[in-house]
Amino acid sequence: MENTKKNWPLWEIFVRSKNGLEHRHFGSLHAADAEMALENARDVYTRRNEGVSIWVVESKHITASNPADNGELFEPAQDKVYRHPTFYDLPDEVKHM
Amino acid sequence: MSEKDVKNLEEIFETRIARDEKIEPKDWMPEKYRQTHIRQISQHAHSEVVGMLPEGNWITRAPSLRRKAALLAKVQDEAGHGLYLYSACETLGVSRDELYEQLHSGKAKYSSIFNYPTITWADMGAIGWLVDGAAIINQVPLCNTSFGPYARAMVRVCKEESFHQRQGFEIMLTLCRGTEEQKAMAQDALNRWWWPSLMMLGPTDAESIHTEQSMKWKLKRKSNDELRQQFIDQTVPQADLLGLTIPDPDLKFNEETGHYDFGEIDWDEFWQVVKGHGPCNKERMNARVNAWKNGEWVRDAAMAYAEKNEKRKVAKAS
Ligand SMILES: [Fe+2]
Ligand SMILES: [Fe+2]
Repeated sequence: MENTKKNWPLWEIFVRSKNGLEHRHFGSLHAADAEMALENARDVYTRRNEGVSIWVVESKHITASNPADNGELFEPAQDKVYRHPTFYDLPDEVKHM
Repeated sequence: MSEKDVKNLEEIFETRIARDEKIEPKDWMPEKYRQTHIRQISQHAHSEVVGMLPEGNWITRAPSLRRKAALLAKVQDEAGHGLYLYSACETLGVSRDELYEQLHSGKAKYSSIFNYPTITWADMGAIGWLVDGAAIINQVPLCNTSFGPYARAMVRVCKEESFHQRQGFEIMLTLCRGTEEQKAMAQDALNRWWWPSLMMLGPTDAESIHTEQSMKWKLKRKSNDELRQQFIDQTVPQADLLGLTIPDPDLKFNEETGHYDFGEIDWDEFWQVVKGHGPCNKERMNARVNAWKNGEWVRDAAMAYAEKNEKRKVAKAS
């Protein structure tokens, strides 16, 4: 008996709910290949017109940042208030800016 | 990590949840949080999947095309719910295979209500009305639970549940407006499904083990007894509207509390079914295990085909 059982890999599913909007992560599912992942995604995630376009990406191809690095990655932006319009003082007479 | 470090992390973790922050899969979490969530989410997923069986029983014998299409769509939704939940559960580092193995070996539980038989068409009405009704009451608070993937899955599930309950109630209403015989069939279904539906909301608070920790983690927002009361209060007027009698001689509106008082629940029956001695436990498990085993060659063939195609693509490219 062969003992190297291969399970269907996991795929991440992204759906564009209508043109003009970006694809958004909807969840994941198992499928043997990309084509089957698309078909399964149609049945699992768009039974009620939730989408007009589907992307499938095998989960192993996604590299995610580590929450432990959040300080290093995202904190530097916190003290850069000058990146926001409210940082700049303008007289009230200047309208619509 | 030292014990003190872990304690520290746990404290930060609990305050995050108390602040209504969501926990995402890669965040640090106490092992107990992970295990409790794997258990609850997978039980929930198993219930959706096993829950297809009692209703699947009537798809080929639905009385009209309209009913058939609705029932088929409803059962397909339950499959979808199972899949949303399995995928949420897998983000905690458990594989789909392990989850199936736990279900098939009897190690994991699923909702005991699905171990009752569906012997007449009216059972399709009673299940949609009562079982999906009770499920909604259980599930709505979970849309705000602390674990992000679970909460997101529940939002999707809850959106779909209301059609389930309405199609069930419509079946009951049609039967109740029909012949004597049809109305009797509806009454009989209510008689059989009422008490199991009340049990579905879980053991009484006094006997429920996990409640306090689960409340903190927002896996539970109301106690089983509160949910049960809510279910009864909302369902009794609906039964009145159908002209059906709820099979509980002690059921009575209490002017003082503003709630319905109700009779004693037979908890022995509940625990018997949970322990595997319900009318259909064996049948349900056999159906699941057979579906999994008999589908194995299809899964293997699909995988072999995918691998062959992949090799071909690589060969062409080089
Ligand atoms: Fe469901
Ligand atoms: Fe449902």
